[in-house]
Amino acid sequence: MIPAAFEYYRPKDMAGVLSVLVEHGDDARVLAGGHSLIPMMKLRMAEVPHLIDLQDVEGLRGISVDGNTVRIGAMTTQNEIINDDQLVAAAPIMREAALQIADPQVRYMGTVGGNVANGDPGNDMPGLMQCLDATFHLVGPDGEREVAARDFYEAAYMTDRDDDEVLTAVSFSSTVGGYAYEKQKRKIGDYATAAAAVLLVKDGDTCTSASIAMTNLSDTPIYSEAAGAALVGTSLDDAAVSAAIDAMLGDIDPTQDNRGPIEFKRHAASTILRRAITNAWSRT
Amino acid sequence: MNKELSREERTDALGGMGCKRKRVEDARFTQGKGNYVDDIKLPGMLHGDFVRSPYAHARVVSINTDAAMALDGVIAVLTAADLAPLGLHWMPTLAGDKQMVLADGKVLFQGQEVAFVVAKDRYIAADAVELVEVEYEELPVLTDPFAALESDVVLREDLDPTADGAHGPRKHHNHIFTWEVGEKDATEQVLDEADVVAEEMVYYHRTHPCPLETCGCVASMDKVNGKLTLHGTFQAPHAIRTVVSLISGIEEHNIRVISPDIGGGFGNKVGAYPGYVCSVVASIVTGVPVKWVEDRMENLMTTAFARDYWMKGKISATKEGKITGLWCHTTADHGGFDACADPTKFPAGFMNICTGSYDIPTAYLAVDGVYTNKAPGGVSYRCSFRVTEAAYFIERMIEVLAIELNMDAAELRRINFIRKDQFPYQSALGWEYDSGDYHTAWDKALKAVDYDGLRAEQAQRVEDFKAGKTRKLMGIGLTHFTEIVGAGPVKNCDILGLGMFDSCEIRIHPTGSAIARLGTISQGQGHATTFAQILATEIGLPADSITIEEGDTDTAPYGLGTYGSRSTPVAGAATAMAGRKIRAKAQMIAAYLLEVHDDDVEFDVDRFVVKGAPEKFKTMKEIAFAAYNQAIPGIEPGLEAVSYYDPPNMTYPFGAYICVMDIDVDTGETDIRRFYALDDCGTRINPMIIEGQVHGGLTEALAVALGQEIAYDDMGNVKTGTLMDFFLPTAWEVPNYETDHTVTPSPHHPIGAKGVGESPHVGGVPCFSNAVNDAFRAFGLRHTHMPHDHWRIWKTANDLGLHG
Ligand SMILES: Cc1cc2nc3c(=O)[nH]c(=O)nc-3n(C[C@H](O)[C@H](O)[C@H](O)COP(=O)(O)OP(=O)(O)OC[C@H]3O[C@@H](n4cnc5c(N)ncnc54)[C@H](O)[C@@H]3O)c2cc1C
Repeated sequence: MIPAAFEYYRPKDMAGVLSVLVEHGDDARVLAGGHSLIPMMKLRMAEVPHLIDLQDVEGLRGISVDGNTVRIGAMTTQNEIINDDQLVAAAPIMREAALQIADPQVRYMGTVGGNVANGDPGNDMPGLMQCLDATFHLVGPDGEREVAARDFYEAAYMTDRDDDEVLTAVSFSSTVGGYAYEKQKRKIGDYATAAAAVLLVKDGDTCTSASIAMTNLSDTPIYSEAAGAALVGTSLDDAAVSAAIDAMLGDIDPTQDNRGPIEFKRHAASTILRRAITNAWSRT
Repeated sequence: MNKELSREERTDALGGMGCKRKRVEDARFTQGKGNYVDDIKLPGMLHGDFVRSPYAHARVVSINTDAAMALDGVIAVLTAADLAPLGLHWMPTLAGDKQMVLADGKVLFQGQEVAFVVAKDRYIAADAVELVEVEYEELPVLTDPFAALESDVVLREDLDPTADGAHGPRKHHNHIFTWEVGEKDATEQVLDEADVVAEEMVYYHRTHPCPLETCGCVASMDKVNGKLTLHGTFQAPHAIRTVVSLISGIEEHNIRVISPDIGGGFGNKVGAYPGYVCSVVASIVTGVPVKWVEDRMENLMTTAFARDYWMKGKISATKEGKITGLWCHTTADHGGFDACADPTKFPAGFMNICTGSYDIPTAYLAVDGVYTNKAPGGVSYRCSFRVTEAAYFIERMIEVLAIELNMDAAELRRINFIRKDQFPYQSALGWEYDSGDYHTAWDKALKAVDYDGLRAEQAQRVEDFKAGKTRKLMGIGLTHFTEIVGAGPVKNCDILGLGMFDSCEIRIHPTGSAIARLGTISQGQGHATTFAQILATEIGLPADSITIEEGDTDTAPYGLGTYGSRSTPVAGAATAMAGRKIRAKAQMIAAYLLEVHDDDVEFDVDRFVVKGAPEKFKTMKEIAFAAYNQAIPGIEPGLEAVSYYDPPNMTYPFGAYICVMDIDVDTGETDIRRFYALDDCGTRINPMIIEGQVHGGLTEALAVALGQEIAYDDMGNVKTGTLMDFFLPTAWEVPNYETDHTVTPSPHHPIGAKGVGESPHVGGVPCFSNAVNDAFRAFGLRHTHMPHDHWRIWKTANDLGLHG
């Protein structure tokens, strides 16, 4: 658990970051909270000859709520998400989810940007961002661009981000209606066996909008459009919820690992989603 | 002095036995001021790191160290070829086998040590490890002990398949030993004739002690004076000194072994590891200190594992539930080398305590040890030798028998307990239980949790589940365990020929304070606190004025170390006995000072008083000073004593545990609603430390029962090599424990104490497991294997058709 040697950079601005990325390409990586990257380096599963620490780069930190738009700087920690009153009011699902990530020590260091850019199917924020229909803000040598969270993830550790791009922020609209983030894990500090992010809007007795995303049940987060669609227009009777679960099961593709065989994971995913839907509906 | 104080006040002022003295160690630990092996930095110190095998079974075709040696800062790369001329490429194990220090032609488990790199710093060493080129030729892998016993594949080509092993004949080239206890024919006859026989295969999975501090050492050879100093994470520093001397040829007086603060051992730090041998050799070769500290993955994958016992059992009873016989055949997976840490005559430890708390007239146990392509070990993780296995086995068999008899498992236990009037009790498998009062403990436990109420609630829950009102089942876990600790009588317990006595040496200083040194070594048990309490009561000086020192073989008396809950039963007894020698001499000094006959003074808390004239006395403090400043006819100056204690018997702590658990059949999640633990460890030296030990042991029991395992795939790859997958519970997963006690002192121990550090683990594992099994009893489950993690519980529910 000793990493290989690397050059350490600590630029003060984005130009400094980008110049190292451009110069070294594949051999350079940015470091945010380090709680995914450093373990990989220690296991020598990631070799990073040029490591660029983002912590002194200006303008990457902080949460703003402007009208309906929430913007979270990439270097904002998971702990800051838990404790920001404005954010809790604008999108309470963020706090509920962040509280289920890792443990307090990890959350003091781990960042939103690192969590969404990492591309590990076990990370909780990517599915959450898909549920929120968030936009990711990237900057690279060719300037800035935006990508929808729902289009960002390609495979495990493969995302739409180019090697020389940096994620600067995520943004999304504040939420209305009921919400729930449910996660089954083996213990505190564990990644999900199955997790579900659910946002529901109710008008009278009818569900008018539903957004559902699942975590750690495929090699990317799964935004299940069909699962949401199965709920819209219903009053969330048993049949509708079962239809949503079936739709979700059609979208996920879990693999067997230490958390259990595929059949178990599919059953757990169903149970977790059912709980999340019930919980979110009760909060509408 | 103290004239105005009452007897009670004087007793309290000592901080002796029975008081909740705060742990004196904690000031430094809570401030980060402990001194662990990895804190030791010696001038010029080099760092070692291992090249390890990625394969579980392979021939080592070639090792090329050129590129590694060419790296700046690399001092040496040792291979078996370098160690062979010294005869150190293999080392003896504690179990009478031998183990490769560095791969000698082949590797037998993933992570096995292949080469040892020595470099100027830890980082260079790790880089050099990557540069060592090893060519392997893969061989068929055997991870299943039953398959290993059938296979043509020979794992240990170094052994003559026809020759006896250390424990008698071997039946197959992958077989290590057969160990038999009890009466085979008589037991089989009892089973044949019984009204009821319950049969089950009980697997106790492979797990790992996983101490927070991993294993390591700093070897320092002083070439000028020929002395070797070895700092290390050793649970038995004296035994390590003797072993190092025997295998290196360095005379024992030239070796100083020091165990500094140790961050938990749990059996993992009893044995000797290749890292120690390589560090010593590297220091001898280079003439400078060499440090080796394993990382977490190395610890989990290569240093001693625990359990991996397949226990096939049969238990018979009358229709009324009176047990008549117990039969057990165990297949023990020892990995690539037999490196169990058991007393020499007990290749399966004290597995023959598997009749448990019950009066079982006839019994038979056989254990077959088997080689496989897994890491060696088989140590006693927070238990006396293989006692968790035995307790788990019998406590599962009792539950299975209760199902077979359609009886309540609490009642079945009650009618089979060894009665109080039967002690000392001779068990069918050869032990003499020193004392016990099981019925009292059991009744107290059942009453404390309102057992009948719980069963009624459970029955209602089953109804509700069947009616679709809930998806949660309720399990009630019961356990009554009997441990066997305090190894042990030298007549039948030794390790590498060293008798398992222990020792204490006391020096009283002129001003009435003292230092006591012991042959044991604390790894978190709080010896510095409790042993001072024993002495305070025995010699009448305040515990706060007594320093306890352990772990330095140059100063401490010889002892066999700390594991198997032996410190209090053995070294604690030595401490009391040495204290009594001090007191005997103090009595003579007091009599001289008081100008009366020796027999006319008597000990009173902190002083000797003239019988019948309590106003005439000398305090122990005064006596201590007199020992150094008075010329007393016929008495040597000074006040010191040494005791080497060879216990006449083991001690037999016991306890009654009850766990109440809710289980979600859909996710497999468990919620421990209640855990009640009654422990009887005899005389209680420090109730607060006992409670801490019970909490710790139960938490490790929860870990093992609910998820902690070392799992392998078919290729022999370790699947649980990091703390992401190897389950270490946090405060979040742990319930609030309710602790309770009864006190049945050991009749043969000088202060009646029995040891407690491991009881909660021994009793806890079956209790948690029984709760899971019990939850499904109403749905037809007999037995399901640990670890009861989410998916396995889900699978149990699924197999029983509970998912509709
Ligand atoms: C014990 C433990 C438990 C954990 N449990 C969970 C859990 O339950 N759920 C969960 O979601 N996570 C969990 N994590 C991961 C944790 O949340 C990490 O902090 C997070 O995944 C990465 O964030 P970071 O800031 O630490 O990123 P880093 O580790 O610094 O970086 C991660 C990756 O993202 C890249 N990166 C980082 N920032 C940017 C950026 N701004 N632009 C482009 N690329 C970037 C890095 O180059 C690297 O490849 C756990 C971690 C640990 C150690």
